[in-house]
Amino acid sequence: MKKIFLPVLSFIVFVLLSITGCKPKNAGDATGSDAASRVYVPPGKYDELYNFVSGGFSGQVSVYGIPSGRLLRVMPVFSVDPESGYGFSEETKPMLNTSHGQVPWGDQHHLELSQTNGEIDGRWLFANENNTPRIARIDLKTFRTAEIIEIPNSAGNHSSPFITENTEYVVAGTRFSVPMDDQNGDVPIDTYKKNFKGTISFISVDQKDGDMKLAFQLLLPGMDFDLSHSGKGPSSGWFFFSCYNSEQAHTLLEVNASKRDKDYILAVNWKKAEEYIKAGKGRKQTVKYAHNVLNESTHTATSTMETQTTILDVKDFPDIVYMIPCPKSPHGCDVDPTGQYIVGSGKLAALIPVFSFDKIQKAIAAKEFDGDYGGIPVIKYEAALHGEVKKPGLGPLHTEFDGKGNAYTTFFISSEIVKWSLNDLKVIDRHPTYYSPGHLMIPGGDTKNPYGKYLIAYNKITKDRYLPTGPELAQSAQLFDISGEKMKLLADYPSIGEPHYAQAAPASLISKNSTKIFKIEENQNAFVTMGEPKSKVVRNGNRVDVYMTMIRSHFSPDNIEGVKLGDDVYFHLTNLEQDWDVPHGFAVKGANTSELLVMPGDTQTLKWVPEVAGIYPFYCTDFCSALHQEMQGYLRVSPKGSNVPLSFSLGKNSDATDSLLTK
Amino acid sequence: MKTLLKLFSLVVIIFMISCNQGREAKNENATTIADASSVSSGQENVQDSDSQKDVVKVAMASKDHTTLVAALKQAELLTSLSNAGPFTVFAPTNEAFDKLPKGTVEGLMKDDKKEDLQNILQYHVFMSALTSASFKDGQTLGMVNGDNVTVNVKDGKTVLNNSATIIASIPASNGMIYVIDGVLLPPQKK
Repeated sequence: MKKIFLPVLSFIVFVLLSITGCKPKNAGDATGSDAASRVYVPPGKYDELYNFVSGGFSGQVSVYGIPSGRLLRVMPVFSVDPESGYGFSEETKPMLNTSHGQVPWGDQHHLELSQTNGEIDGRWLFANENNTPRIARIDLKTFRTAEIIEIPNSAGNHSSPFITENTEYVVAGTRFSVPMDDQNGDVPIDTYKKNFKGTISFISVDQKDGDMKLAFQLLLPGMDFDLSHSGKGPSSGWFFFSCYNSEQAHTLLEVNASKRDKDYILAVNWKKAEEYIKAGKGRKQTVKYAHNVLNESTHTATSTMETQTTILDVKDFPDIVYMIPCPKSPHGCDVDPTGQYIVGSGKLAALIPVFSFDKIQKAIAAKEFDGDYGGIPVIKYEAALHGEVKKPGLGPLHTEFDGKGNAYTTFFISSEIVKWSLNDLKVIDRHPTYYSPGHLMIPGGDTKNPYGKYLIAYNKITKDRYLPTGPELAQSAQLFDISGEKMKLLADYPSIGEPHYAQAAPASLISKNSTKIFKIEENQNAFVTMGEPKSKVVRNGNRVDVYMTMIRSHFSPDNIEGVKLGDDVYFHLTNLEQDWDVPHGFAVKGANTSELLVMPGDTQTLKWVPEVAGIYPFYCTDFCSALHQEMQGYLRVSPKGSNVPLSFSLGKNSDATDSLLTK
Repeated sequence: MKTLLKLFSLVVIIFMISCNQGREAKNENATTIADASSVSSGQENVQDSDSQKDVVKVAMASKDHTTLVAALKQAELLTSLSNAGPFTVFAPTNEAFDKLPKGTVEGLMKDDKKEDLQNILQYHVFMSALTSASFKDGQTLGMVNGDNVTVNVKDGKTVLNNSATIIASIPASNGMIYVIDGVLLPPQKK
């Protein structure tokens, strides 16, 4: 007995000591240290930066404050959001329309803030969708998805939505090569080499209102396009794309697309392509893609099905596109702030090649080519190479820049960030991440003018990093201070969905433009109710339109009778408030769609088809005032053919109740 | 019993010492930015006895691979190989390492030879979990260190670089381990 007791006792003491005895040393919470104060933003104070984080399979975009890591908002973009009614209300349904019909979900990977002269200007945020290829534009005045355009001739819209220096174009490169939309797609998969093509799309952006338009598409040999970034400064007018699967495999890519020692970085002279398009060299192709736009004054989206695209087959225009060999399935394709260096990160490579724009230009001029790939000239590797970062780590993925001549690359396999010098390509510092980073982001780290103070790594694996939540765990963001020679980990926090790329900008660029309310007098919604006296219920055949207002703390009308089974009921909710942060919600019992959150001055519509006769309560879901719990109403549904007349009212009690109240 | 008591007091003393060191370290850092990673470590230290073993844990549990495990530790590759992979690891046995010229392993285990050791060990790792059936005669595998390994399949035997034969395969959570009877040496750099 004693023999067992003592080891057990010593084990208990051991554990207790390790838990409590060493608390000061184990203060990895960094409490009391400078790391804590660096991320502490006192209550009521603002963060230094806005951080926009892609949601991956959530389809949405989240907004964080940096350095606190406080979640400010999740913006619905490609997935329906029953919480706000996005994708359910009649006004927002068209936003998710595609050539495949209504698509309620998206896979959102990359973000890019609009730029002017290569610097973040705080106007718009662009977001890509992989699965059903689309690009969204989010208006940073309202933080609402303002526009979504579908991309034809594409599948797996991965190398997107990267933009040119002045937001002239947003690009979209296909991950999957596929038969073109105007071809018969019913072909054997093993005819990949013959029938499958890749495209890179250039979507122009109207500089006044941000309107996107599919300007032209480059037709390329079948392979997988992965990531991209715009040239800048000396490389203005060029765009760079990484591509893998130059083996043109269509099965077991994890083996078959890794056979060659090198794949490619594609250098695209888009200014030249633009000239050809202007000269009418493009071929018109009939396709089908949705273009969805939210009208600011009607608060209503419309979806238009477009039918034409313009194609340039690059093999007929050999001075638009060049290929640069890049080791082992390049993933990240990043251009440094000077626009001189292009970094390709081969995810299976033991080195990072850095290409020089000057050398690329000289190689093109001197025709230093090593054959061609599908008709595209291949520049000799050495002729384009600035140099290689040797043995930097395992599994390089993405690189960002601090504007001080340093590059920072994530390594998935060796689970670290490596800081290296663009000048001599020597490693300066390395820091583990917990665990397995994908993208990283330095605010403005892909622009001409990075805000080189922080770096955030987005990790794919969290395992034991937080309290466990069953098999499904959140992914994490890790914030580093990069103001000194050595990187310092300041904090980490869980994230929404699966973050891929992110963006960040100084708060002042965006906060000053933020909309507080929508002006009710400017509300042009077709079903707006301009004031309580105008609220009404109108029957037109079996369609019943309820023009309902919301103000603290009642709906008008709040008693409705005469709705019958077989009716389609449209609740048009106008929030009459003209006061910041007073949204009202609307939910009706049994609605199999969603609720509505209606912002001050906004109108949103919920379609409702009652299926059983009875009394249906509705109420406000967003705590709006001291009398929020009183903000409610009743709707009576009668059987088909019933003779209950249509009626609506507010504040009209029964005689019995009124006589009680006057006593 | 006395031994246990001694052990017990030793444990207590060790913890008292480490606590003191911790406090000192904290004071030193008071004016600089403390790095919040001071208590974090790699994925190889994740406590998890429910999941299938990864390639590192499988190797650690094998009595025939103590040299390999020691070398992986010295080369700081445990974190990488505990990662999601998927890996194919060619795992030379202790006997295979013993076949190398005398003093080779000892030499590689020295701190100033860490890069050479990393290069050799990374020459034993391929990204993607290959099944036995996927080995083809004449196949070339691009290994993690950047060099190639040649595969030969004859009479049901799979031989790498004409020098190491696969003698067993062990599935792991993050890849496949193929036990080999020779150490693969990367081509000499010119």
